[in-house]
Amino acid sequence: MALEPCNPVTGRPLTTNQLKQNFTDLHKPLNFQQALEESDRCLYCYDAPCIQACPTSIDIPTFIHQIRSDNTSGAALTILSENIMGGTCARVCPTEVLCEQVCVLNVSHQQPVEIGLLQRHAVDTLISNTNKHPFKRADSTGKTVAVIGAGPAGLSCAHRLAMLGNDVVVYEAKEKSGGLNEYGLAEYKMVDNFAQKEIDFLLQIGGISIKNNQKLGVSISLSTLQEKYDAVFIGVGLGTTYRLGLDKEESQGISDAVDFIETIRQTKDKSQIQVGNDVVVIGAGNTAIDAAVQAKKLGTENVTLVYRRGEQHMSATDYEIELARKNGIVIKTWLTPSKIIADEHIAQIECTKTELINDKLTETVFKETIKCDMLLKAIGQTLNDSDLVDLEIEKSKIVVDNYQTSIQGVYAGGDAIKSGEDLTVQAVEDGKQAAIAIDKHLRGEL
Amino acid sequence: MAIQKDNLKCTIAGIESINPFWLASAPPTDKYTNVVRAFEAGWGGVVWKTLGEDPAVVNVSSRYGIHKNRNHIVGMNNIELISDRPLQTNLDEIIRVRKEWPDRVIIGSMMAVIEERAWKELAVKIADSGVHGIELNLGCPHGMCERGMGSAIGQVPEMVEKVTRWVKDVVDIPVFTKLTPNITNILWSAEAAMKGGCDAVALINTVNSITSVDLDLMAPTPTVDGKGTHGGYCGTAVKPIALNMVAEIKRNTDTKDLKISAIGGIETWKDAAEFIALGAHGLQVCTAAMLYGFRIVDDMIAGLSNWMEEKGYQSIEDFRGMAIPNTVDWNALNMNFDTKAKIDQDSCIECGRCHIACEDTSHQAIEFNVADDGKRTFTVIDDECVGCNLCMHICPVPDCIEMVEVDNGLEYMNWSNNPLNPLNN
Repeated sequence: MALEPCNPVTGRPLTTNQLKQNFTDLHKPLNFQQALEESDRCLYCYDAPCIQACPTSIDIPTFIHQIRSDNTSGAALTILSENIMGGTCARVCPTEVLCEQVCVLNVSHQQPVEIGLLQRHAVDTLISNTNKHPFKRADSTGKTVAVIGAGPAGLSCAHRLAMLGNDVVVYEAKEKSGGLNEYGLAEYKMVDNFAQKEIDFLLQIGGISIKNNQKLGVSISLSTLQEKYDAVFIGVGLGTTYRLGLDKEESQGISDAVDFIETIRQTKDKSQIQVGNDVVVIGAGNTAIDAAVQAKKLGTENVTLVYRRGEQHMSATDYEIELARKNGIVIKTWLTPSKIIADEHIAQIECTKTELINDKLTETVFKETIKCDMLLKAIGQTLNDSDLVDLEIEKSKIVVDNYQTSIQGVYAGGDAIKSGEDLTVQAVEDGKQAAIAIDKHLRGEL
Repeated sequence: MAIQKDNLKCTIAGIESINPFWLASAPPTDKYTNVVRAFEAGWGGVVWKTLGEDPAVVNVSSRYGIHKNRNHIVGMNNIELISDRPLQTNLDEIIRVRKEWPDRVIIGSMMAVIEERAWKELAVKIADSGVHGIELNLGCPHGMCERGMGSAIGQVPEMVEKVTRWVKDVVDIPVFTKLTPNITNILWSAEAAMKGGCDAVALINTVNSITSVDLDLMAPTPTVDGKGTHGGYCGTAVKPIALNMVAEIKRNTDTKDLKISAIGGIETWKDAAEFIALGAHGLQVCTAAMLYGFRIVDDMIAGLSNWMEEKGYQSIEDFRGMAIPNTVDWNALNMNFDTKAKIDQDSCIECGRCHIACEDTSHQAIEFNVADDGKRTFTVIDDECVGCNLCMHICPVPDCIEMVEVDNGLEYMNWSNNPLNPLNN
């Protein structure tokens, strides 16, 4: 069955230009004047709530003040000194539930300051205008640390370790570095190859080498890294996706939303991407929205998002839910998939209506069948612990104490541990804090 | 075009005007086209850009420096000289506008070298063009002063008196002596102008200034072929200086009856009302028009007129100078009067600006607490609060912090009767 994106109006495939247009920047960057005007709205609060709301504790009022005083590179430095991936976080952070949610302007019923856009303005200006890395390395400690995973946690950890005077070797399973920044976020949030640009910038500090296509359990193992290096940091993220547990789940046309997103990110010519005309996405997080919206942008006629609870329970932010609606996605709640109807290829998904009885989610007898030639599963991911068996793991998260795992000298961070929310910005913070802990450990201070 | 209001009709030094808003002598009043546009917009009068003897001066490029606070222009300076067009061209245009706009005021501004002949000849020529009055430009702080004119004259009281008298001797129309603020005491030049027989003083002229330094060119702005110079500062930033100088003249026994055409940072009707409250008879505006166009007079007229109606003032005379009795020397302030800041917790948005201002730079009188749920509370410690009111000004929320009078049971006492005053021992 040939699947190709088509224009919902004409029924013909979208032209290359239409596709290009559909995948442009979701939030247009601020120009210099807009940045000045927006920065002028910031009240420069004391001990500001936005700083507390930021998992990486960026001194937001200070960097906004710096933009206002025409010290954009100083602003970028304020951001990057706490969050080396401030560029990505400015693009993908759910600011409406973090810094911007607590902006005091909300209290007086004004729009909060566009902190994300201002942060992007500062960081992008610095990254695109300078070849000189703004941070210097401390005197060499003579130590070398292995980092597993070149995602936000791993790279943040590597950068801070290098800054503190250590050498770092990063082992990355995939062909490209960046983790979710490169593979797992909607294209319209990370246009113009930003993930790679940010990594290039980050690596300018020196002392970090990345070895790609090095999969844990295949070409490397935790024990060999422990032997070879002074310390190890694990930032492997959540490598396993949950299954629906239904018959015929292996039918054609059924895949993980993360794989679909990865394909979109890695395919330059979007017209080459296979997509259905009746796409059903199962799930309610930002990954589900990223997949659903991008399916629509590829030209899918009907995109339906199915979630077993109510809209108020969705983990996607209000902004993301609104984005889905604006893109014509039908959101069906209190509905759970119960039967895949397929020959070789999926044709329909039968769902069962649910309800809450005594706070317990309960399936009813009512069914609804949705036409479906592509089913995308976005019901969550979990730690792939098959190669981490020596570590203490609890509720599918590596147990850590100040980022050190149950094995001395082995540290972990990011989505693989339980810190804050599973967010890019939290992973960056984990990497940074773990690096500080590792450095102290290597210096004999811990 | 602005709708004129009857309650704004006024008389300034014997000159009747349909409203008190005149454009000051400056680029906006340089020629026929601009002046007609100003009258079409509703301005009551203009002071024509300063005329000098031929040959006309040559102006440079560029001419303006800007002082910005964040994105807002708070002040501007200029290094433009007087009219750079031939005298007769200006006079012909004045005659034409006078004929076409009989109900509007035109004042001829002039300056000359410090020679009796020069002032008298030029004053007569300008008066003959039919202007309502003559303004003596004794204030320009750049370019002209280096040639012995402008503020070079205005800074020497004897010259102010002499020049005023020369012109009064030869014309029978009101003479406005325009004063420079670039002096130590405005009363000396105001008194000199009065002795010279002026019908009114106009103040302030621009303040000597460098608005900014171009850090790439390493030169003051505006730069002219890589060099810059000091210029005349104007705009809202100079309003406080002008208000004080107007008040000084009005509070002084010898000069309190001087008619005043007030100038300096007037941008809104409220600014205008404040100058009138301190005794000004008329107002001159320049920078605000240069920044926003002549249309701003609309709101000046409507705003002032509406406010007067609300307050029950039939004319400008009804409230003119009303703030003067309340403008006193520090020594006359009640030292026992006490206020405390009060923060309205319902409208507080928890920005913490009051706290840090008080904590770092004042009296550590605003307590900052964070509750378990993250709610930030800022509370005034009455015993520490001296009532300085810094917090009230800094607070971004209107009316969130107010200064509340405290009854401390103490009698009125000022420095004159304070036992700490050495003069009382």
